[in-house]
Amino acid sequence: MTNALEIEGLTKTYGDGFQALKGIDLHVREGDFFALLGPNGAGKSTTLGIVCSLVNKTAGKVRVFGHDIDTNLADAKLNLGVVPQEFNFNQFEKVFDIVTTQAGYYGIPLGRASDSAEKYLKKLGLWDKRNTPARMLSGGMKRRLMIARALVHEPKLLILDEPTAGVDIELRRSMWTFLEEMNREGTTIILTTHYLEEAEALCRNIAIIDHGKILRHTSKRDLLQQLSVETFILDTEKELSGAPELEGVTCRINDEGALEVDVEKGQGLNTVFVQLEELGIKVVSMRTKANRLEELFIRMVAENAAEARKNMEGVA
Amino acid sequence: MRLDALWVAFYTIVLREIRRFTRIWPQTLLPPAVTMTLYFIIFGNLIGSRIGEMGGFNYMQFIVPGLIMMAVITNSYANVVSSFFSMKFQRSIEELLVSPVPNWVILAGYVTGGMARGLGIGVIVTVLSLAFTQLSIHSLPMVVVTVFLTSALFALGGFINAMLATKFDDISIVPTFVLTPLTYLGGVFYSIDLLPGFWQGVSMANPILYMVNGFRFGILGVSDVNPFVSLGMILVFIVVLAFIALRMLERGKGIRH
Repeated sequence: MTNALEIEGLTKTYGDGFQALKGIDLHVREGDFFALLGPNGAGKSTTLGIVCSLVNKTAGKVRVFGHDIDTNLADAKLNLGVVPQEFNFNQFEKVFDIVTTQAGYYGIPLGRASDSAEKYLKKLGLWDKRNTPARMLSGGMKRRLMIARALVHEPKLLILDEPTAGVDIELRRSMWTFLEEMNREGTTIILTTHYLEEAEALCRNIAIIDHGKILRHTSKRDLLQQLSVETFILDTEKELSGAPELEGVTCRINDEGALEVDVEKGQGLNTVFVQLEELGIKVVSMRTKANRLEELFIRMVAENAAEARKNMEGVA
Repeated sequence: MRLDALWVAFYTIVLREIRRFTRIWPQTLLPPAVTMTLYFIIFGNLIGSRIGEMGGFNYMQFIVPGLIMMAVITNSYANVVSSFFSMKFQRSIEELLVSPVPNWVILAGYVTGGMARGLGIGVIVTVLSLAFTQLSIHSLPMVVVTVFLTSALFALGGFINAMLATKFDDISIVPTFVLTPLTYLGGVFYSIDLLPGFWQGVSMANPILYMVNGFRFGILGVSDVNPFVSLGMILVFIVVLAFIALRMLERGKGIRH
């Protein structure tokens, strides 16, 4: 299978001397749903900015579906759709005009552009707003407008930089469904997000970047297998006033009043249920806590920061 | 991109520009019409009737070509500088940067958009002037070529200004402190024959003098300078400014990090 995106030895040093990227390598397979994760200032947006031609690279190679951005930039761009972090459309233009104008920039004549704009505005629930100036849209609608605009030329690779930032949970879920559908239909998707639950729910492969370096680049499954502790949420028949003392596990009452139990990998849940039954606590349902990735992410970034501090001390 | 795709991208930019300045017509089309009408009434009719002839024509006839050219120059410049800088400011320029449109098509699209407004205003001012005087055209090709090239030149100037600008103040400095004085001193309201020898020499260093006089030659058949020298100068300026603008786009001056 070909790679949708290949990055080799990518570096970026800004004019003020700040080195945002320190030689990163990355590849994303065609058809993948890929997450690029990292704390603020890690280099995520710089990396994607270079891929999308919004940032000039200092060194390194970037290829989109085999098209090198140094030698074949136009073909690389034809395969790319970009949804940036900030709203970047003309607030005074109408929704329909914004989308069809973008299609025009890709050389799509108005007739075909109108059909494509209608298709994606309908899919994203914006068709009724097609004649509304963009400034009149809600935050969630503006985000969806940027997705429709990015898709109007039917790119094979869609890049989304924090697409659900500031979006309410209901809309976030509907955007997930839409993106999953796009991915099933063959569009390769790369996203950055601060919601690790989002990456865990959607993505198959993940890279974690921090201080301009890739810390991990692997599949979500491999990453999650590194977790030594798994957290389960148990809904009890009666609300508990406090966390029971259970042997061999730690537990607590979460914000929803449910019981959260941390279980060592391989330990199993049987002993937990036996102890709860002895205490007269009846469990009515159970689920895995979704943000397992968050624990790993925090641990990796903290380890990287500690290592950086150690190196600094060594230099001093 | 294929040629037909390039053409679509080009006219998309031009149509977007036309849509922009027609949407905000009270800011873009109306003010120059009002200002030029006042010039015609005050300078042409009221004061002009006491001035008498200039270059063999009554004063109103003499200033009409200059005023048309002044409107074309300021509007061609203003359209591109404000539109492109707004796109930078709102970051909607990124829509173009992520697309495969080549830099020369971006530049050509914006310049053509600026020309559409400049020339549109030129037509409006010309029609208004007919209410005050009669215009007979001495050389239509000269009129058309001069006004098109001048409009393109100042649209290019507006583009470079917008690329360099980092705040809204920066897009008004050049029009206020460079363009307006050069236009007023460029022979719009007088023939440089009226100036002492030294100031005539200084005036010859003003590029706008050549454009105004080239256009005036096309309409009235009189000029302070050789009209073909005027055309040559405009062409040289266009080539130089287009080269600078394209270099800036290539380097992403002010638009790419």
